[in-house]
Amino acid sequence: MIRLEGVGLHYVQGTSPGPEVLRDLTTVIPEGGFRWLLGPSGAGKSSLLRLLHLAVLPTRGRLSLLDVGVGDATRHDLALLRRRIGMVFQDFRLLPHLAAFDNVALPLRLAGRPEGQIRADVTEMLRWVGLGGKLEARPAQLSGGEQQRVAIARAVVGRPHVLLADEPTGNLDEVQAERLMMLLKEMNRLGTTVIIATHNDALVARHPGQSLRLEHGRLVEHG
Amino acid sequence: MAGWSSMARPRDDLGLGRALGERMLPLVVAAMAFLAALALAGSVGAAALSKRWQEGAASVLTVQVPKATAPAVDTPAVPRLERVLAILRGTPGIASARPLEEAELTELLRPWLGSGAGRLALPLPAVIEVHLSGAGPDLAGLGTRLEAAAPGSTPESHGVWVRRLSALARSLEACAWVALGLVAAIAAAVIAAATLAGLAVRRDAIEIVHGLGATDGTIAARFAARATRQTAAGAGLGALAALPVLLFLADLAAPFAPAGQALPPGMDPGLAWLAALPIALWLGLPALPAAAALIGYATTQMTVRRWLRQLP
Repeated sequence: MIRLEGVGLHYVQGTSPGPEVLRDLTTVIPEGGFRWLLGPSGAGKSSLLRLLHLAVLPTRGRLSLLDVGVGDATRHDLALLRRRIGMVFQDFRLLPHLAAFDNVALPLRLAGRPEGQIRADVTEMLRWVGLGGKLEARPAQLSGGEQQRVAIARAVVGRPHVLLADEPTGNLDEVQAERLMMLLKEMNRLGTTVIIATHNDALVARHPGQSLRLEHGRLVEHG
Repeated sequence: MAGWSSMARPRDDLGLGRALGERMLPLVVAAMAFLAALALAGSVGAAALSKRWQEGAASVLTVQVPKATAPAVDTPAVPRLERVLAILRGTPGIASARPLEEAELTELLRPWLGSGAGRLALPLPAVIEVHLSGAGPDLAGLGTRLEAAAPGSTPESHGVWVRRLSALARSLEACAWVALGLVAAIAAAVIAAATLAGLAVRRDAIEIVHGLGATDGTIAARFAARATRQTAAGAGLGALAALPVLLFLADLAAPFAPAGQALPPGMDPGLAWLAALPIALWLGLPALPAAAALIGYATTQMTVRRWLRQLP
């Protein structure tokens, strides 16, 4: 369960607080829920995803993720919590000096999984996203769409409890985007909470679901 | 294939091996270890010198006895030399008293009187070499009793000079330790600066790994493992480079040192050069890479953990 109570966020500029990018967000997303995260550019979608990924912490209000109160958690608790949250970044955020295989294996290695299981899971995952022949390719040797698929594989390989995605279909063709939606819906059906930020109205229309709509840092529609 | 944690040879997920600037670190540490080896040798040498002066010179007293063959004042039946020897040998704090032979006396006076001193018709006083034990005797009381038996007999202590020389040696030793401490502090500062540079270069990679749930401990361990290897290797190199220099200095210092340490029985005489350096130095030199590794590990851990505080 994800619970936000009066959550606000402003980035710090130097020593003075910058303008508030998220204001007074209150909502509950149940375990296994699915939400589109919608709104115009600059409305705060990426900031909300960063918040839910614990890349930033709320500057106001209370945020609880997977029943852990973020405000009371230790740094170690937050690290363990991040392992249960998968994130697909708009700019992929792959490690450029690692092969596709090792990029996808990272979350499993951080969690201390045995190497044999890692080899099997990562190979299977990359094969599923159509990159079974490019296990050893570095990100720079892959196209934008292929990098996006590596990023998706990395986000889901650890079977996270929460999956966050920022424009995950941005670099994919129609067929690949549909395959991705099938994967995300299947994960959601198996109990993963899925939140997808997108501008792709056609995609939302093809896969109707509940949505959170942000405008000027405020939630104008939820549930 | 090694994984992220608890592997013998950790994989380089953060690309730590790719920053050219950090390859300088082992060389800088090698130079520091070279300096540390010299300081260490200085401290060991000064300590040995101070100890020898105190044990050697401080434990020797000379007593001159004028008119040695004349009857003693308090016991006219025995000559003054015999009487003084008897008093000395009966005094607590004195280990032994031995009158110098004619030849030794001549040798002692040679720098002043030339080799013919013995043939001069000078009434030379007898000289007794006294070895002290423990804290030594009460010199004032001893002087009074000697004066009563053989007027003009004065125990002459080397204490003042020994104290001055020991103070000098102790100061040299302290300087050497200060130099060692400074080298360690500078090494820590250099390692911290190199670590911060490395962190800045890899900020993106660290943020990604942090976002995937790496704990501060995991990330710090990555940097610390690398720094430990680099500083240990660098310091090993520096200590090795210092070895010939130290052997050369030991060779120069040999005439001032006590006759070389005895080789353990059965030891190959071809290894005699091992005896050229004090044991403390043979123990201290290998300790340099270990100390450097410790400094490298601790400094890097602290630097990385503090830096990571800027991430939530």
